[in-house]
Amino acid sequence: MSSNGALVGDFFMSGDIACAEGAISAGCRFFAGYPITPATEIAERMAERMPEVGGTFIQMEDEIASMVAILGASWGGAKAMTATSGPGFSLMMENLGLGIMTETPCVVVNVQRAGPSTGLPTMVAQGDMMQARWGTHGSYETIALSPNSPQELFYLTVRAFNLSERYRVPVIILSDEVVGHMTEKVTIPGPEKLELWPRRKPLVPPEAYRPYDPDPDLVPPMANAGDGYRMHVTGLTHDERGYPTMTVEAQQRLVTRLVDKIRANCDDIIQVEEDGIEDADVVVCAYGITARVALLPIQLAREEGLRVGLLRLVTVWPFPEKRLREIAKKVKAFVVPELNAGQMVLEVERCAAGDARVVLVPHMGGGLHDPGDVLDAIRREAR
Amino acid sequence: MSDIRSNGTHPMDHFLKADRIPHIWCPGCGLGTVLGCMIKSIHKSGFPTDKVAVVSGIGCTGRGAGYVHFDSFHTTHGRAIPFATGLKLANPELKVIVFSGDGDLTAIGGNHFIHAARRNMDLTIFCVNNFNYGMTGGQLAPTTPVRARTTTSPYGNFEPPFSIPRLAAASGAVYVARWTSLHVRRLERSMVEAINKPGFSVVEVLAPCPTLFGAMNKLRSGLEQLNYYRKNCVIEHGADPNEVDIELGAPIIVGKFVDIDKPSYLQLRGEAYATPVLGAGGDSGGARDQERA
Repeated sequence: MSSNGALVGDFFMSGDIACAEGAISAGCRFFAGYPITPATEIAERMAERMPEVGGTFIQMEDEIASMVAILGASWGGAKAMTATSGPGFSLMMENLGLGIMTETPCVVVNVQRAGPSTGLPTMVAQGDMMQARWGTHGSYETIALSPNSPQELFYLTVRAFNLSERYRVPVIILSDEVVGHMTEKVTIPGPEKLELWPRRKPLVPPEAYRPYDPDPDLVPPMANAGDGYRMHVTGLTHDERGYPTMTVEAQQRLVTRLVDKIRANCDDIIQVEEDGIEDADVVVCAYGITARVALLPIQLAREEGLRVGLLRLVTVWPFPEKRLREIAKKVKAFVVPELNAGQMVLEVERCAAGDARVVLVPHMGGGLHDPGDVLDAIRREAR
Repeated sequence: MSDIRSNGTHPMDHFLKADRIPHIWCPGCGLGTVLGCMIKSIHKSGFPTDKVAVVSGIGCTGRGAGYVHFDSFHTTHGRAIPFATGLKLANPELKVIVFSGDGDLTAIGGNHFIHAARRNMDLTIFCVNNFNYGMTGGQLAPTTPVRARTTTSPYGNFEPPFSIPRLAAASGAVYVARWTSLHVRRLERSMVEAINKPGFSVVEVLAPCPTLFGAMNKLRSGLEQLNYYRKNCVIEHGADPNEVDIELGAPIIVGKFVDIDKPSYLQLRGEAYATPVLGAGGDSGGARDQERA
């Protein structure tokens, strides 16, 4: 264990535990949550670990309270996280919007299970991809990351905190029941090997501080409550002073900036993994656990002499639009396996824009794809 | 008012965001008076004002946070208390005051209210009760008295209302008082006590809404409603919170009902974390050692 209480070394860990440890390594010192399968283990781990590292764990009365409590904690100066699954994620939507509007750094983990509604509480799905993008009302851009292993979940949790602090936006981790519960080797590097991006503090005295006056990268520095800045923070449309401003112009200026601060920094935010795309006829576009399932059919197809590549979305939102458009001009088709009735495939279709065929391999969740179904789709499209 | 200086300024002006005035509240509304009492009580509490945070939900009262020159947060409808909970626990040095309305705190936020009281969370709650939803145009609230008319109870309310002191006391609050916006000195004193009380303290303040609730219930001006309070309020400190329900035309019991000492959330947590867990069998790091590859 390092001096800051974070673990160091090689461990056998489930994804949920690796997520909690990733948060601790990232400096998370506040966790609020509510029990829900299959995310409960994250809360249990944080209940044990937060007191050890001088942080706060609190089990709130519901997911609404959990989401808004982490916003409060973030303004209190803590890196803060909550973890949930579908039904709880739905309850968090309103205050996710408050986090976006007030530009409050925090991390929301959704260990996806099959829905709609209570669905299959203990079984996997990827049905909340579009909810993560569009679930709260209004116009906005968001950041969401999708891990395919406990090790990657560890790193993406650290990265989620970094992105949330740099861009002052709630960052969503779209894990799933299989990644959350599978146990694998997880290497936790020492703090000196983890890059952490600190919160950008105001450099001006309180009387000159305008809480929503952005730096050139469109992100405003953030004071904590109690620092003496006496700021006002509101979910209403506001001006650079943070004051409610009920005008068309203020709405246009604020929402445009909230959207642009993500769009303008896509190159920094977006991560994808590519394999064999350069000479591919068909590219499998997948994310999370499904990208891992796709490895076998891709290998089998290659053994048959088919030219198949993999584009794995590590960042799912913002969508890697630029890269997808480039690839679409060179390949015959995209095959998109998803544990839903077709969500990210809509983005692939939009960006392929007719340059390449796009084929969905749907699965309604509860289990993973039969690799043969993905292989069949590759074979059909590679012909 | 004796507080106003000869140059027209007020000694509490620096606790207001002057560039946000005038406020949005209607003539005759009680909210300005209650906000003034809150500011003076913060001043009198002696708490360092850089460490005061005011959190509001949504509604007429919810706009209160926007006018005070403290760190202030205008959150979502009903969620001021859980937001304040996160803020307080992340930085326990802060004095976190929730300033919000009856609909915000006891309807949409009712679950948060009772659970924060149950935990005896270290928060000060100032709940302004105007018996209806003002911001949206005068609808039925969980505090609307029986027979009172609102736009969504046009035939008179038949739902039994919440009594906020009863709810607060039953849920675990250590300090519960009720005043009206007429009782400015007593209200201010109560607010100071509430601010300085560890744990979950609640001050309910009845306030006129002449534009909506008053207009629909034959109390057409703020003055008429204050007169109604003057005629009907009975000060009864230590009254049983179960016996202070509000009925139209009946006496309104005001006063300090609860002021007890019970360990607050932060005190309980401090003790719990310092005490070995029963049956844990020594090193709590054992489970993690087993995870080592």
